Order: sequence, then structure tokens, then C-alpha cells
Amino acid sequence: MKKTLKIVVLAKQVPDTRNVGKDAMKADGTVNRAALPAIFNPEDLNALEQALVLKDRFPGSEVTLLTMGPGRAAEIIREAMFRGADGGVLLSDRKFAGSDTLATSYALSRAILKLNPDIIVAGRQAIDGDTAQVGPQVAEKLGWPQITYVEEIVGTEGDELIIKRRLEQGVETVACPLPLLMTVNASAPECRPRHAKRVMKYKYAKTASEAQSASTDYDDTLRKERPYLNITEWSVADVDADDAQLGLAGSPTKVKKIENVVFAAKEAKRLTAADSDIDGLMKELIASHTLG
Amino acid sequence: MNNVFVYCEIESGKVADVSLELLTKGRVLANTLGCDLEAVAIGHQLDGIEKELALYGADTIHVADAPELAPFRTLPHAAIVCGLFKEEKPQIALFGASSVGRDLAPRVSSALHSGLTADCTSLEIGDHTDAKSGTTYTNLLYQIRPAFGGNIIATIINPDHRPQMATVREGVMKKEPAQTPGKGIVKKIDASKYLNDTDFVVRIIDRQIEDRKINIKNAPVIVAGGYGMGSKENFAILYELAEVLGGEVGASRAAVDAGMTDHARQVGQTGVTVRPKLYIACGISGQIQHTAGMDGSSMVISINTDPNAPINKIADYAIVGDVMEVVPKMIKYYKQNSK
Repeated sequence: MKKTLKIVVLAKQVPDTRNVGKDAMKADGTVNRAALPAIFNPEDLNALEQALVLKDRFPGSEVTLLTMGPGRAAEIIREAMFRGADGGVLLSDRKFAGSDTLATSYALSRAILKLNPDIIVAGRQAIDGDTAQVGPQVAEKLGWPQITYVEEIVGTEGDELIIKRRLEQGVETVACPLPLLMTVNASAPECRPRHAKRVMKYKYAKTASEAQSASTDYDDTLRKERPYLNITEWSVADVDADDAQLGLAGSPTKVKKIENVVFAAKEAKRLTAADSDIDGLMKELIASHTLG
Repeated sequence: MNNVFVYCEIESGKVADVSLELLTKGRVLANTLGCDLEAVAIGHQLDGIEKELALYGADTIHVADAPELAPFRTLPHAAIVCGLFKEEKPQIALFGASSVGRDLAPRVSSALHSGLTADCTSLEIGDHTDAKSGTTYTNLLYQIRPAFGGNIIATIINPDHRPQMATVREGVMKKEPAQTPGKGIVKKIDASKYLNDTDFVVRIIDRQIEDRKINIKNAPVIVAGGYGMGSKENFAILYELAEVLGGEVGASRAAVDAGMTDHARQVGQTGVTVRPKLYIACGISGQIQHTAGMDGSSMVISINTDPNAPINKIADYAIVGDVMEVVPKMIKYYKQNSK
């Protein structure tokens, strides 16, 4: 096993699906991200924690957060830096818009080839799609083994990592040499919180686009003096990706139809919490053999 | 060629329920399309497995049987499925949305560059005309699923790539032996031509497979709590009611995410699908993601302080009130009346 590892964390900034408004969807059936509060995908935080655990175990290792998204997705790179990541890369280009999981995986795999890590840690799935596809698909694109549903990195044995997986029917412990890609479950430990010193250190970290749109002379000077405040931003050209495999054109799945949810109306019998109502209801349920 | 395929999960020689459910659905799709239904069984000691698969409608059963193929590991199973699909060119391939299927299917879809839709709640056959090119496609697989936190229902299609792949959770489709059993022809897969040494790089050191301790799927009565329960402590009253009524406790995703109860109790698109005789929804608003997992219940009672909660639209009885007040009364009057 190497002494230090290059670790890439795959993460996504997701719309908070618990707070969805009416303008959440565009006419073409894709998500109108601009209209929604954006958060760090929960299981990607579990993934970040596992990456930081590896860094604790292999001091001198480097944790890089890779995310694909619009300019504001740089927020989760800063958040990761506050919690212990060394840096991040924002993969951002209009050509990525409308990508399904396969086109997304292709784009991420192009960026990963450039980063050349030893290990990739991703969340199991993102709450906006709940597909759990991007992790395995990225592994396939790289020709790497995948270890899904990871709960704990137990240790090392020779050149292998020993990893505990949480399955529906139980627990499985596997051994696998690097390189490998793992996806981490919500049942894994929560991510460590922000570290005050790191917040002070990285709060002015910005991508080139952010620096261009809103920046003071003070910020600019700071970023010149401290190169770690520059968050890397890559376009399609930077990762040498094939346009035909990106965006809507590169996505085998198409959205045929989107229906907003309206339940078929049915007459519910209205009751109150009054004793007579509940008594009557229980009598009816027993009489109809629904109960007992 | 161009048939409907189902990847069958096998644990200790037993075919998973979800795979039999998919065969049941696959049989219907194959009949609509006028093609055969084929099953893929990869594992060890699979002699005789074709009998059960044929009963659920499989015409052809592709079997790869070797000690190193069980228990399931991603890479060897993916290599065999990809190799087989390249030769057989299925038009549709279905996988369980289980620990196995959700691990395997994306790997296969990436290798074959075919689209995959996760956690479908309905599968239908239909046509499509592309608005831009005007091209008409016939007999596509409509892959229907709630998306975006359950706020929308999306119909996904894969017009240009094969196979059209989908995963479906256990319990979503019905499990029923086919009216006419499938032909049940066994075709041995020559796995050696698809496998490399590197496919066995992941070693399984230990496996602790438990019988699922919590099983709400077959409960006749489910008392389910939502985020409106407020706390883990308040859930106690639901366990009491469930016990009195001979049922189990279920929960919405919001309640599980908030740590009020175990994930094994989650009902809905990303949890279990249930069809009890009676479903009592306590403090559950009724997002489509939840109702997708319980709207097949014979009777639904909702208890909610909000008279306009969406759950009331599918409820047979809507009790407008506080769960902490109503549930104890249900316990009291059930005991009183059932004597």
C-alpha cells in the first residue's frame, strides 16, 4: 500500500427536494435549479468523511472534491474545504446541461483521468434523483472495481483495503486493492463539522468565474499571495471530452412526459378526534372485518 | 433475439421475490410485444432453478453455474450479463432495485451505453414521436417513476439505445405464476469466454446475512408515522396501536430521515411497497413518493391536524386531529368493542 493517497470525492450540490416550489420544473422536463435552495447532497457528506478518515490514516494524503454543476456549486467545494478537504475542482460548462446519469458519469470520468487519483469516494445517491447510478457508471468508465454501500473502511491488509458494506440483507466485508471506487451509505458516520481555523483560511477561496463576477481588490491580492484560494474550474475542453457524449445529445434516456402530482379525488369520510367519532370508526372496522 | 430479459437474483439457491415479480411483469410486457421472456441466472448449484422461473413465465433460462459466481460480486456478474446481452440483443432488460440490482444495472448500462431508469413504479409499452426530428418510435418501454422528491411523475424512454433498462423495487409489481408457464428451455452460458482474472479482484472475506428482522411487507395492518409525529418518543404510541391491532409500524421517508425510526420501516418509492388491509397514516402529509408505496392498501385512515393534507385525498377516513389524542382513543375503543 502506498504511504500517501490521492483521494477524489465525488459530490453534488442538489436542490433541497423538501422545499420545492411551483417553478421547480422547466417546460422541457429538466430541473429549474435556479429556483431552488441548494444543499450539499447528504450522502456525499458521508463520503467526504470516509475520505477524511483515509487521510487521517494515511497522513499527507490529498483530498480533492470533484463536482459538476453550475457556478454556484463551488459552494460545496468551499464547504468541503472548511471540513477538511485540501481543494476542489468544479466541472462547469453549458454543454453539460441536461445530462442524464450516463453522460454525467462520462464527464466526471474525463475529469478523473486528469486528476489521476488512487481512490474515489462518492455518496451512494443524490436526493434529487435517487438513482445511485453515477458511482458504478464512473467506475465502469474507468475500468475500476466498485464497492457500493460502504459503511466503514475497516483497515488495510497488504495492498488491499478492507471495507464493510451494508446490504439490505446484512453486512459484507470485502478486500480490494487500489485503485477502486466506493459509494458510501447514509448509515456510515456523519461528516465532521467545519473547523473554525479552516473556515478562516478558506473563506475567500473562489473559482475564476466567481472572482470575475464579484471580487474586491483585497480578494484579488489575497488569491495571488495564497494559491490555495483558487478553486480549479474546468470546461469540456479542459477535460478533453467528446461533445457527442454530453448533455441531452449524449443521454440515452429522454424525459417523455412530466406530470405534476395531483391525486385522483375521492371522497374521504371526515371525522374528528371526538370520542363518539373514534368509537364509531372502530365499531365499523370490526363489523367489516377490516380489524379483528 | 430482441426479447425481454430479467436478471434473476439468487441468494443461497433461492430466487429473490423481486426477480419473480419482474418475471411476472416481464411476461405481460413480452405478451404485449409478441416476443419471448428470458431469464438470466448466475450463481452456483442452480440445478432445477429453471422450473420455478418457467412457472413465472420464462421461456429461456440462461444459466452460468460456477463456485466463484456465488455469492454475487459486481465484476464477474457484469461481465457475463454484458457478454450475453451483446449476443442476445434484448430490447428490454429488468433488474431488481435491490442491493444487487442497483449495483449491477448501472455498471451494465454504462458498458453497453444504454439508458437505465431507477426505481420505476410502473412499466408500460407505448409509442413516441420525437418533437424535433418527427421520428416515430413504436413499442417503447415507458419507464414511469416519481422524481424530484416525489413532486413530479416522470415517464422516461430510451428511443435509440438497447436494451431499455429499468430497475424496480421489491413489492412494486405483483408476483403471480404465469397463466401458461414459459417454455423453460435451459441454455448454459459459457462464462469463461466473458471472464478475466481481473473480474475477481474484489474478495469477499465475510458475509453476515440476516433474515430481515423487521418485515412490514406482509403485515395486515400498518400504522405509519410521518414527520408530523414530531419525535422518536412519540412513535411509541404507534407501536402500541400496531401491537393491539396485530400490525406493524411503518414510516414516511421524512420520519426515517429525522431518525424517528429504522429505515426498514420506510414505506414508499425508496422504501417498501405495502398492500395491507388497513393503513393508518399518522402525521403523514402524503407526498406521492410515500403514497406510491401504500396506495394499494384496501383501506386508508389518515390522522392529520391539517384538513387539507394531500393524504386525505386518498384516504377512506380522514380524521382531522392530533395523533397523540386520536391514537390512544383508537386503542381504547378497539379494546372496548372487540371484547
